[in-house]
Amino acid sequence: MKVLVPVKRVIDYNVKVRVKADQSGVDLANVKMSMNPFDEIAVEEAVRLKEKGKATEVVIVSIGPQQAQETIRTALAMGGDRGILVKTDQMVEPLAVAKILKAIVDVEQPGFVITGKQAIDDDANQVGQMLAALLGWPQGTFAHSLEMGPEEGEKRSARITREIDGGLQTVEVKLPAVMTTDLRLNEPRYASLPNIMKAKKKPIEEKSPADLGVDITPRFKVLKISEPPRRGGGVKVSGVPELLDKLKADGVI
Amino acid sequence: MASLVIAEHDNATLKDATHKTVTAAAQVSSPVHVLAAGENCAAVAEAAAKIAGVEKVLLADAAPYARQLAEPMEALLLSLADKYDAILAPATTTGKNILPRLAAKLDVGQISEILKVVSPDTFERPIYAGNAIETLQAPAGKKIITVRTTAFAAAAEGGSARIEKIAAAADPGTAKFAGETLSKSERPELTSAKIVISGGRGLGSAENFKLLDSIADKLHAAVGASRAAVDAGYVPNDYQVGQTGKAVAPDLYMAVGISGAIQHLAGMKDSKVIVAINKDEDAPIFQVADYGLVGDLFKILPELDEELASRGYK
Ligand SMILES: Cc1cc2nc3c(=O)[nH]c(=O)nc-3n(C[C@H](O)[C@H](O)[C@H](O)COP(=O)(O)OP(=O)(O)OC[C@H]3O[C@@H](n4cnc5c(N)ncnc54)[C@H](O)[C@@H]3O)c2cc1C
Ligand SMILES: Nc1ncnc2c1ncn2[C@@H]1O[C@H](COP(=O)(O)O)[C@@H](O)[C@H]1O
Repeated sequence: MKVLVPVKRVIDYNVKVRVKADQSGVDLANVKMSMNPFDEIAVEEAVRLKEKGKATEVVIVSIGPQQAQETIRTALAMGGDRGILVKTDQMVEPLAVAKILKAIVDVEQPGFVITGKQAIDDDANQVGQMLAALLGWPQGTFAHSLEMGPEEGEKRSARITREIDGGLQTVEVKLPAVMTTDLRLNEPRYASLPNIMKAKKKPIEEKSPADLGVDITPRFKVLKISEPPRRGGGVKVSGVPELLDKLKADGVI
Repeated sequence: MASLVIAEHDNATLKDATHKTVTAAAQVSSPVHVLAAGENCAAVAEAAAKIAGVEKVLLADAAPYARQLAEPMEALLLSLADKYDAILAPATTTGKNILPRLAAKLDVGQISEILKVVSPDTFERPIYAGNAIETLQAPAGKKIITVRTTAFAAAAEGGSARIEKIAAAADPGTAKFAGETLSKSERPELTSAKIVISGGRGLGSAENFKLLDSIADKLHAAVGASRAAVDAGYVPNDYQVGQTGKAVAPDLYMAVGISGAIQHLAGMKDSKVIVAINKDEDAPIFQVADYGLVGDLFKILPELDEELASRGYK
């Protein structure tokens, strides 16, 4: 069974973004970029499936500018087999991302797709679910653990335990299916130097959204990107009694 | 036309996330209808009918909806979508699971976790862990929206909507529920509590985390946590507050042994009053705290517990 893993190049999670003064966007100049952390978890899970003999090939896809190739290389160094870069310098909305991924699934025919639950730049939390719907596949979102049933044949299925608001929920989905990762699914490995060297030789195919027949013209108009309201500076209190006096005076206890 | 709100419930009780989503829906398109999809969930429909401003409640009572799995819910919503120009759900794990499927099938983008309805086609939503706010104008056509419930007041009780039973849609049968482990708590729910007290890695163990319990009991507070505390196994995943956990905005938020990473701040910085207890006076949490207490939490928490008791909180 082939596993497909979409990875997005985003601002590194340690960077505190700054909004541009003209409210046209956030400052991306000289900012460290990395693989979306949830996608690292997705790559790790796919590679583990391969190591356990449950997957035969791990294909990495990224939609983005030329530099997204570096993100694909990182995933290949973690153990992915080959990459597909869908190159565009435009901002691609989640629905268009899902359509591009669907076009790739139609060609590649994977039995399982693992996406991150959310990209930490747009915080949309949509692509995995949209892709599943476009394919008519079931989904296991916000995965906490995965247990593969038989991967081949009529009964092929997966049990996915999901992080939900009330605790954990397990669903059994028929394959092919889409899974989206949550934080506790695994701890992604660091790529070793030899694996980084090996990844340089792994193939990355390049396509454009037009090659795949997908129109990526944005549907939404971003009117502005603004600073969130700032909190006024607070005070240090001397101890517990003073703290409780203040909270009482504020009427919150 | 109208807007449709997907009710948040557990088949027995309607959650107040629904009331908050109704408030947002009324600003997008009126009248507002509520969909109660579940199994043996008539009580939920009756509760939804009492929300002020709701004109009609659709009751879809059938086995496939018992857990509101995304696949049968997508089919049900698709069968209803024609009649609505906006379909909204609270941005809970249930709403986030279902709605993007509907959006994709309708070939429209979803607007995630709105904070504000600027006008019926323009919305504010947080991006980059709440470090920026995006103002987005949607094209003409259907709007599919999830709502950050802490940003909207709950619609009041006092309505008397009619309840209409609707037929189930065909269940694609590709997914089935296979069990759950729910955290049990007598405390208020994290996302609607007036006071939240959260612990981080500084608590050091699951055993130590219990130091928060008797304080939470005295203040009728919910207990939350940072990702690090959840990852370390001190508390279950549903305690996590933050960018990728729950968003909370209580009157009082107390962060104990939490450094204040941007991902944590994303989920709590809209709280009215923030208290930080941390031994590191340079911890970033102090930059958002109204009241900071620098010191060892293992000394401060017992003191806080005693002082509350002596002031009559029990
Ligand atoms: C993709 C992604 C998503 C994430 N989502 C979230 C999220 O939703 N929510 C979230 O919280 N985090 C999230 N994080 C993690 C976040 O980046 C931080 O790692 C995390 O919030 C740190 O938790 P902490 O403050 O408990 O731990 P630490 O950063 O280790 O801080 C512990 C604090 O405790 C203090 N302390 C220790 N001992 C004592 C003592 N005895 N007395 C007083 N103070 C003490 C220390 O001074 C320190 O400030 C996410 C990260 C990523 C990459
Ligand atoms: N441009 C992209 N290229 C590849 N994968 C993406 C892209 N955008 C989103 N994804 C995938 O979809 C997931 C959810 O993204 P989102 O719905 O935008 O929050 C991410 O974690 C990725 O796995």
